[in-house]
Amino acid sequence: MVSLDPEDQPVVPGPSGPRLYMKRKPVFPRPVDGRFRRIKWAVMAAALAVYYATPWLRWDRGPFAPHQAVLIDLAHRRFYMFAIEIWPQEFYFVAGLLIMAGIGLFLVTSAVGRAWCGYACPQTVWTDLFQHVDRLIDGDRNAQLKLQAAPWTPAKILRRAFKWLIYLVISFITGGAWIFYFADAPSLSHDFWHAAAPPVAYATVGVLTFTTFALGGFLREQVCIYMCPWPRIQSAMLDEKSLTVTYKFWRGEPRGSIKSAKAEAPRGDCVDCGMCIAVCPTGIDIRNGPQIGCITCALCVDACDRVMAQIGRPRGLIDYTTLEDAISEQAGKPPKSHAQLIWHPRTLIYFAIWSAIGLAMLFALGTRRHLALSVARDRDPPFMLLSDGSLRNGYTVTLRNMEDRPRRVELALSGVPGAAMWSDTMARANATRAIVQTLPADQSEPLRIYVEAAPGTRAQQIGFTLRALDAEGGSARYQTRFDAP
Amino acid sequence: MSDPLSEGTGGRRIDEATGTETMGHEWDGIEELNTPLPRWWVILFYACILFAIGYVILYPAIPLRHGSTPGLLHWTSRGAFTREMAAAQAARRPVLHALAVTPIDAVPQNPALMREAIAGGRAAFKVNCAPCHGAGAAGSIGYPNLNDDDWLWGGTLDAIQTTITHGIRYPGDDQTRMSMMPSFGADKILTDNQIADVASHVRSLSGLEPRASAAAHRGAAIFAANCVVCHGADGHGNRAVGAPNLADHIWLYGGARAQVIGSITNAHHGVMPAWAGRLDPVTIKMLAIYVHSLGGGEGFAAAAPAGAGTAGHGQP
Repeated sequence: MVSLDPEDQPVVPGPSGPRLYMKRKPVFPRPVDGRFRRIKWAVMAAALAVYYATPWLRWDRGPFAPHQAVLIDLAHRRFYMFAIEIWPQEFYFVAGLLIMAGIGLFLVTSAVGRAWCGYACPQTVWTDLFQHVDRLIDGDRNAQLKLQAAPWTPAKILRRAFKWLIYLVISFITGGAWIFYFADAPSLSHDFWHAAAPPVAYATVGVLTFTTFALGGFLREQVCIYMCPWPRIQSAMLDEKSLTVTYKFWRGEPRGSIKSAKAEAPRGDCVDCGMCIAVCPTGIDIRNGPQIGCITCALCVDACDRVMAQIGRPRGLIDYTTLEDAISEQAGKPPKSHAQLIWHPRTLIYFAIWSAIGLAMLFALGTRRHLALSVARDRDPPFMLLSDGSLRNGYTVTLRNMEDRPRRVELALSGVPGAAMWSDTMARANATRAIVQTLPADQSEPLRIYVEAAPGTRAQQIGFTLRALDAEGGSARYQTRFDAP
Repeated sequence: MSDPLSEGTGGRRIDEATGTETMGHEWDGIEELNTPLPRWWVILFYACILFAIGYVILYPAIPLRHGSTPGLLHWTSRGAFTREMAAAQAARRPVLHALAVTPIDAVPQNPALMREAIAGGRAAFKVNCAPCHGAGAAGSIGYPNLNDDDWLWGGTLDAIQTTITHGIRYPGDDQTRMSMMPSFGADKILTDNQIADVASHVRSLSGLEPRASAAAHRGAAIFAANCVVCHGADGHGNRAVGAPNLADHIWLYGGARAQVIGSITNAHHGVMPAWAGRLDPVTIKMLAIYVHSLGGGEGFAAAAPAGAGTAGHGQP
């Protein structure tokens, strides 16, 4: 809680000179119920459920691929997401997703301000979770304040140790869930408890347990205020059309308690009850105007609405409002509708860019080939003269079967009349225009290919065509050169 | 804070614009605001100092006249390198052992071992062989191209391994590949005119000159008297003595008329070192497999359709 009383400010000069370092002022937010709190509960439940449950979802991919719905298989360099499988050379899909996530944040910021900070950011979700633990173990805001001030008696030590143990268990579950995205969850879970998982799994769980314990249990709002770059970026992105949690001072001021205001008039709606400060998870006073500590979680809106209901005043003394709207409201004009607030040109442009990237990626995903080849021509030597005068070129042909089943394919030559090829597992006597072989499931198969052509053949284009011989079919072609003197 | 101006109140006040306390000193009306760092930050700062002290004690840190303080762990970058190399060697050991006990002709039956051998041979080739044969093993005048299907001393795995092990005309190795073509001109065995005629005949074998010319006819007689012992009646050479095939399109010392005359006049006796003693037998085996894999290897033994698997099938 930050008080406006100057004596309570942490920077007040003491007898031994100014304090250069400021101790954290613990925040003990009071619970509140209301529409934004309920949204927060829903987002928290959804976020935690998605985080913990996703790795355990199964997805049948046949006998040649893992059955985990979402799996980042670093060892085999595959990324599985339900029906989609990404190879390293298709990483642009992941890059595209990251770009979409970035522009998505811009879009959300432009439309509804710091909604990410207030509802969806893991730091917010876990801080919220830990604050509920505080209330469960230590009691409400007043009990927590009292316990904080109390001396370290055995009872307090026991209570603290118990609370930190719960922190630790939550942190461990948080860190522990992360590793299941990178390996088959059931078997890794079994290995983990039988000390048979890879060391990196234990190290990851250890690091994430520690960071969750420290950042969620103790640093909390300081992460947002001091460490996170996103509030700085966001404050550059907010404009007069962005939704922010606003104290409508033109309606609230002059503030004062109902009693003291009896005598004198006029008086604003704010009764200076301090509820907005008491419920704030970052411990700020929203009545001081927009500030970096405000994550726009709108719990103060819920708190103030309840107070306004009690004293019989309309809700929304503190509310989501744009700066533009605030100015017009001060001038006595009616507020804009929510749709008008959200859909302004900047939002629409961000949305257009965001959906264009999404559609382009969906299109690319739908039309991508599951059979591919690439050909690297030998450059040293570029061509070979054989003893009978014919010419030979060497190629490294990489065949990629990106489906989760073996496929029968034919690699055929096109161009260079009379030329024939053989691989390093064939004899030159069996040189042919088309090699048929079976590609293993979900793998790339490098082939050493030699192509020979009659004496006197000129340098020209040569093509390799890979064609699937199964019912599904499909083909890929690679054009390169046949070199000659 | 012994500034005489800040006696008593300390000169500190709350700045009106920001509501922040000043530090209490001012120069020409410029004052500094006190914006305190959070305490966890200074705790991290001291933690870093503690870490640094531990680091200085455990690791080499303080420079001395010769070297530096060793540190309690006695860690050195050279030591770390040695350990990593030893670990890499240990990881390679099963493959090297498998290669050591597998006869070279049996390696192609094991595709995994074959891949390892080719990769190892490629690395060893770049270090030891590339200076003469070129990085792509394409050779140059006087240094054979190892990619083609023309072999002086044999192109089977076994023959290549023998050549690498004992070298060619290499003094000091009893089993080295040895042959000495006479210098027909320098040693006055043939006259210049006779050499010119032989050159016409030799070049006619691969169609570089007309077979029916008078010079080729004269040369054929001289060839029969002087050259067939090693190069054979039809000029197809003899791998037992490293005599090159003169009827094909590949010329180690060049097929132009002047180059052929030069080779007959002053015979070339190319030398390749014996690599036994310089390289271990497994590396030599890997080199032989790599060279064999470059596209011209003979005696192909992999499971291939009929027609493969016999020596000399390299001729189409």
